[in-house]
Amino acid sequence: MNKPNSRRNFLVAAGGLAAGIALPATVAAQMPGAPAATQEAIRRMVGTARINKGKVTLDLPALVDNGNAVSLAVRVDSPMTESEYVKAIHLFTEKNPQPDVASFHLGPRAGRASIATRIRLADSQAVIAICEMSDGSFWSGSANTVVTLAACLEEI
Amino acid sequence: MARALINVPAAAKRGEIIEIKALAQHNMETGYRRTQLGGLIPRDIIRQFVCTYNGVEVFRAEFHPAIAANPFIAFWTVAIESGTLAFTWTGDNGYSVNESKSISVG
Amino acid sequence: MRNSVLALCAAAIAIPAFAAEIPLAERRSGYDFMSRETRTMQDDDTANPGMLWVLDGEALWKRKAGVADRACQDCHGDAGTSMKGVAARYPAFDAAHGRPVNLEQRVNACRVDRQKAPPLAHESRDLLALTAYVGRQSRGLPVAVPIDERTKPFLDAGRGTFFRRQGQLNLSCAQCHDDNWGKRLAGSVIPQGHPTGYPLYRLEWQGVGSLQRRLRNCIVGMRAQPYDFGAGEFVDLELYLMWRARGMKVETPGVRP
Ligand code: HEC
Ligand code: HEC
Repeated sequence: MNKPNSRRNFLVAAGGLAAGIALPATVAAQMPGAPAATQEAIRRMVGTARINKGKVTLDLPALVDNGNAVSLAVRVDSPMTESEYVKAIHLFTEKNPQPDVASFHLGPRAGRASIATRIRLADSQAVIAICEMSDGSFWSGSANTVVTLAACLEEI
Repeated sequence: MARALINVPAAAKRGEIIEIKALAQHNMETGYRRTQLGGLIPRDIIRQFVCTYNGVEVFRAEFHPAIAANPFIAFWTVAIESGTLAFTWTGDNGYSVNESKSISVG
Repeated sequence: MRNSVLALCAAAIAIPAFAAEIPLAERRSGYDFMSRETRTMQDDDTANPGMLWVLDGEALWKRKAGVADRACQDCHGDAGTSMKGVAARYPAFDAAHGRPVNLEQRVNACRVDRQKAPPLAHESRDLLALTAYVGRQSRGLPVAVPIDERTKPFLDAGRGTFFRRQGQLNLSCAQCHDDNWGKRLAGSVIPQGHPTGYPLYRLEWQGVGSLQRRLRNCIVGMRAQPYDFGAGEFVDLELYLMWRARGMKVETPGVRP
């Protein structure tokens, strides 16, 4: 995954494009910049629900040392009480061979709507976090990063 | 062999929100890489991570191949009572690892 | 493909004819050139994947092995005491071989002579785990390889390799690491090339590797033929790098891009 393969990326993008024709207007309209494969993955997760902008903060380094392990943190603006909490956080990428990255299921017992992990990024791109609230609403946030290539590798 | 490294505070005040960090040992083979001869290396990843607190699920994650090798995850939970936090990682090819940590809440 | 990028960039650096050693006060670990996120990964033991290898090493330290059925611990006791500062002074002179040996070779000597077990392969998980565990006991201590009349010739040989132009690019280690550190090469900053974090977790490898594995990466990048793991030339180069880093702190297990 750390070695971008343009042909493979092209095929994935082409596949996504074909699937994207059937996209409900909502996702496409709300994530205008995202490639079709990413929009399709988001649609599978949220269905036809409306995705609002805001409440979600995605921390990603602006410049990444190595795309094999990129530190990422997501914080959601939520009181995390019994009646009002974050149910799930879903992560998607735009240029990886597969747009889905991970889903995290939280609840009122989390106390704080915040997670951190490390992800792979095949290229410089945007990462999108979509959060599902206890009231059924969806919120999104995104961040862009530049992935530099490592020097002095093993293979020629 | 060490399968995982987990950090949970040994003690906490009731109602305190504590951070949990967990690192599992796994290559997370994406299924998109090829050998020198061009054959596809089959996917072999951890697919799920679950944390329970005295038997009740408090956090769960599903992973795809874009999660970095040796998956790291940090999250929070409210220290409600003394007891055990149990962690389970499951994945492709029958991968399954269980670990637990005790916490005393006063 | 990416290494040809490296080659082009390397060719583009204005390289002076004479390389000079870095003044002691200006030396900086590769750690200082990393992003904040990668530094955090190294600093936080619960987020540093290298610690998984250290934990494996601790388990191996306590496990009986070989015909002798002895564990490292049976002879050496608590590693926190017996191995403290050991990694900071390797490669060290070994009378049996009449030359310096590195930590990997020293551990394998105990495997073979003391445990009566087969040696562990270079870059095998177990050898990396044991050296990471032994190295961890020196974390924070200053690098101090003793140089005397027995080790001096090997130090000089290592220095010779460091300054010698080699490979299709006709570059020396010194041209990058003494004269052009801090500049960018194919997206990554050229560090000073200090050996203070090994064995370490390299994001590029997605695992832990030895200093010799890291050196092989640079030598391949220079389009030169790398030495075999454990070769005398390699150990001499390690000795020179450790001497060059004298007084700097051991970081094992480090994290690098
Ligand atoms: C039967 C006893 C015995 C066992 C088992 C043993 N060692 Fe040793 N080890 C020694 C002795 C004695 C020395 C120092 C003398 C020598 O061999 O040069 C030594 C030296 C060392 C040194 C060098 C210390 C220094 O100050 O330079 C290291 C490192 C080491 N052992 C690591 C290990 C490891 C790791 C293991 C397990 C894989 C191990 N040893 C197993 C007896 C043992
Ligand atoms: C063309 C420039 C270049 C040459 C020549 C070169 N290196 Fe490097 N070296 C690098 C770069 C760039 C890195 C960091 C790579 C990265 O982060 O991806 C590096 C990393 C290293 C490191 C790791 C430092 C750390 O903090 O862990 C060591 C040690 C090293 N080099 C030693 C050497 C030796 C010894 C030679 C000669 C045999 C050599 N290098 C030749 C560019 C070079």
